[in-house]
Formats: sequence, structure tokens, C-alpha cells
Amino acid sequence: MGALLSPALGTVIWASIAFITVLLLMRRMAWGPILKALSEREESIAAALNEAEKARQEMATLSDENERLLKEARVERDGILKEARETATQLIAEARAKAREEAERDLANAREAIAVERKAAVAELKAAVAGLSIDIAERVLRQQLERNEAQQQLVNKLIDESPLN
Amino acid sequence: MFNSHTLLRSFVLSALSAVLFWGTGVAQDHAHEAHEAHDHHAEHADHDDHHGHEEEAFNAGAFIVGHIADAHDIHLWGHTHIPLPVILFTDNGLDVVMSSSFVAEGDGHGHADRFYHSEKTGVHYTMHASEKQHGDHTILAGSITAEGMDVLDLSITKSVFGMLLIMVLMVWLFGSIARGYKKRGNVAPKGMANALEPLILFIRDEVAKPAIGHHADKYLPFLLTVFFFTFFANLLGLIPFIGGFNITGTIGITIVMATLVFLITNLTGNKHYWGHVLWMPGVPAFVKAIILTPIEVIGLFLKPTVLMIRLTANITAGHIIILAFTSLIFIFGQNGEAVGAGLGIGVFSTAFMIFMYLLELLVAFLQAFVFTLLAALYFGDAKQEAHH
Repeated sequence: MGALLSPALGTVIWASIAFITVLLLMRRMAWGPILKALSEREESIAAALNEAEKARQEMATLSDENERLLKEARVERDGILKEARETATQLIAEARAKAREEAERDLANAREAIAVERKAAVAELKAAVAGLSIDIAERVLRQQLERNEAQQQLVNKLIDESPLN
Repeated sequence: MFNSHTLLRSFVLSALSAVLFWGTGVAQDHAHEAHEAHDHHAEHADHDDHHGHEEEAFNAGAFIVGHIADAHDIHLWGHTHIPLPVILFTDNGLDVVMSSSFVAEGDGHGHADRFYHSEKTGVHYTMHASEKQHGDHTILAGSITAEGMDVLDLSITKSVFGMLLIMVLMVWLFGSIARGYKKRGNVAPKGMANALEPLILFIRDEVAKPAIGHHADKYLPFLLTVFFFTFFANLLGLIPFIGGFNITGTIGITIVMATLVFLITNLTGNKHYWGHVLWMPGVPAFVKAIILTPIEVIGLFLKPTVLMIRLTANITAGHIIILAFTSLIFIFGQNGEAVGAGLGIGVFSTAFMIFMYLLELLVAFLQAFVFTLLAALYFGDAKQEAHH
């Protein structure tokens, strides 16, 4: 058991030499390059993941932008349509109003013209009737007054009727 | 040198028993078991020396300790051993031989000491048989002394060999992964890189960064090296038939890892860290001087010590329990001299060993993780900025 528990000097010397040599050798030859390669790979993986994430975000932004544009276009289209509809309605209403106005004006003109014509016709008729009446009266009178008594009679009658008395 | 050795040993022993009280249940039970087994074995050994005729009896304690202790050879199976280089330094100079050159006098059976006489330096070496083995094959596990002089034993032991193996594997494996990354650039990982990348990321993202914060990159090479070394070494120890490596259960190796944690923590500690250790703000001066500062200073050393002992004890405990169930088969088979009993207990033992192996796979990862996490937390303490 003593051999198990006491370190043999030769073993200690060999272990020290071997361990330190291997430690220095491995640090330079093995651990350095291995650890460097591992961390480089990790970095490149992290960078790749990062880039993918960035691309994904860009895609998301892009699709957001597209959606926004689409929505805007839709809104614009709706606006235009609405406006057109309004314009059309307005135009129709205006046209209707204008037509009515014009019709009314025409009607008024016609009425006026009719009135004028009628007046003129009435005046003409009056003149004609007056002329005719005078003519008839003249003829009647001439016929009646060819006799004296009749003339006298009339004068008397007229004198009677006059407000002189 | 040898005095401090003894001191260190007793310190580690007392620290071990302290840690085991609040350590994992498995570690507690089985390290204890091993301790008792060892004591028992020690008595047994004395007994043997007096009477010397019980060599054939199977000794579970010796069997277990022999397998988890460091050794001068790799024992594959039966009589098949792979010898390892023994490197010895004395006043007379350097001796490098294979451990197979150490031979026993006499018939070579049992547990005798082994000897080697160097022609070059003229030194007589003795490899002390530290543990008795079952049967007649001995794992070369003992310490080596020389006649009349001190020996510096720089042998490539089983654990050192295993450690070097793991380190070569790591440099090759992670080196090729790093080249793959360089060559292929920023694409998905393939092959080995794909298998190990989650672990590297786990240490970086779940251990280093939460514990240390933005200073984590500086400490990552150490944490990764410690984690993978511990993990692979733990796994290597679970592979059967290759000698039962117990690398992270060898205190000479974990003590180095813990010392590095200690050095890195305290050499990179900032003003805030040292302020909290030496003179805790917002506490009456006499309390600091009498209680807090001594505790904090002891804590500086205690933290890495606990790291070391936790790892060593957990891995060793796992090996002990598996070996203990293996021993049961031998004990029942031999003592009852009934093959039936051995067979019966063998079925039970094997079932339990399969369960233990699965548990040990978890422990192999868990202990590597815990060691790394705690080291990271200590580094994080050292680098913490004032925020109150």
C-alpha cells in the first residue's frame, strides 16, 4: 500500500517533463488551431444566421411595402370611382336642370309670343269688326235716312235720349 | 530526499483518510477494503517469513495491490511480461537496462528480491519484492536500491509508459484534427474531429467559460490537455489483458497535475484573489489574523491536494473493486478446493464485474470532468474581478 500512496520521484520527474512538453506542444500544434477553427466556424455560422434574419426582415419590409402600395392604389381607385360617380350624377343633374330651364324659357317665350300674337289678332279683329260695323252702319243709316221723317224721328229720339234736359 | 519522502507519505495517507470520509461512497468503501486487505496481507507476510510454507495460498490483498501498484514491467497474462527500461542514476553514473535483467537468486519462484550487477558502473542493484504475488510469477513492483549509495530511479515504469503512450496518442490525434481543420476550413467536422469536437466544446462552453469568464481562453489549453489526458488514461486502465494500467491512480502522476494547477492558479492570481486569501476585506483584523488567513493559506495547498487524491483514489478504488471480485473466484476455487464453488461465485462475480465496468466507464469520464471543472473553478477564483 505504501507504494500506492507515496509518489515515486522518477515518476514525478517523467510526468512533469512529459506533461509540460505535451501541454506546450498541444497548445501550439493542436488546441490553438482547433479552438481558432471552432470559433471561426461559430462566427461564420452566426454571421450567416444574422444575414438570413436580415434578409427575412427585408422581405417582410418589402411585402409590407407592397401591401401598403396595393392598399393605397385600392383607396385611390375607390376615390376615383366615387368621384366619377359623383361627377356623373352632378352632370346629369345639371343637364336636367339646364334642360328644364331651357324648356321653361322656351315655353315662356312661346307664351309671350302667343300673347303678343293674340293681342295683335284681337286688335286686328277689333279694327276689322269696327270697320265692318261702321260700314254696315253707314249702309244701314244710308238706307234709313233716305226718308225725311225717319231722319226727323231719329233726331228727336237722340234729343230725347240726350241728357240735356 | 528519503526523509521528505516518508513525511509526504504520512501526509498523503492522512489526507487520503480525511478525503475518503466525504468522498464518494465507492471510493470510501473500497479504499478502506484495500487498506484492510493490505494490513491483513502485511500480517500474513510476517507470518510467512516465520513459517515459510504457505506460499501456495492465494492472497487477495497482495494480488490486488500488485495489480494497481506501479511496476517495472507490463504483466499481460500468466508468465508473459513486457519488460520496461530501468534507468538508474547513482554516484557512479547512469545505468540503463531492461527490467528483465533483474533476476532472482535461487529458483526464481515466489516473492524474492531481484538483483542486477552493472558491469559498467560496478553497482549492485536490488529490486525489493514489495508485494507477494499469487502463484509463481512476480510483478516487478518493488523499489530499487544500490549497495552503499543513493539511487535516483528514473525508470520508465508501467504508469510512465502508459502516460507517454497516452501523450503520443493525444499529440497525434489532436494534431491530425488540427491539421484537418486547417485544411478543410469552415465546414462541418468529419471523422475523429466530429467525435471529439463535442468534448472540446463541452470543456470550453460548460466548464471553462462559466468558471473563468472572459479569461477562459488563456487556460483552455491546460484544461483541455488535463481533461483528455485524464479521460484517455482512465479508459486505458479499463482495457483488460494489457497489463491493467493505473495511470491516473498513480500518485506520482496526479501530483504533477495537481502541482501544475497550484502553480497556474497562484502565478496568474490577480490582486483581488490575493487580497481575499491574505487579508479578507470586511472582516475584523483579529479574526483575519487568527482564523481566516491561516485557513485560506492552508486552503491554497489543500485544494490541489484534494484534486490529486480524489482522482487517484477514485480510479484506484475502481480497479480495486474489479480485482476484488476477480479474487473472489480464486478464493472460493482454491480454499474450498471445489471447482463448483469457484464456478458459482464466478458467475456472480462476472455479472457484478460487468456492472462495475460500466460504472467505471462513467467514472472515467466523471473524474476527468471533475478534475477539469475544479481546476477551472480555482483558475476562475484567481482571475475574479472585484464586484462588491
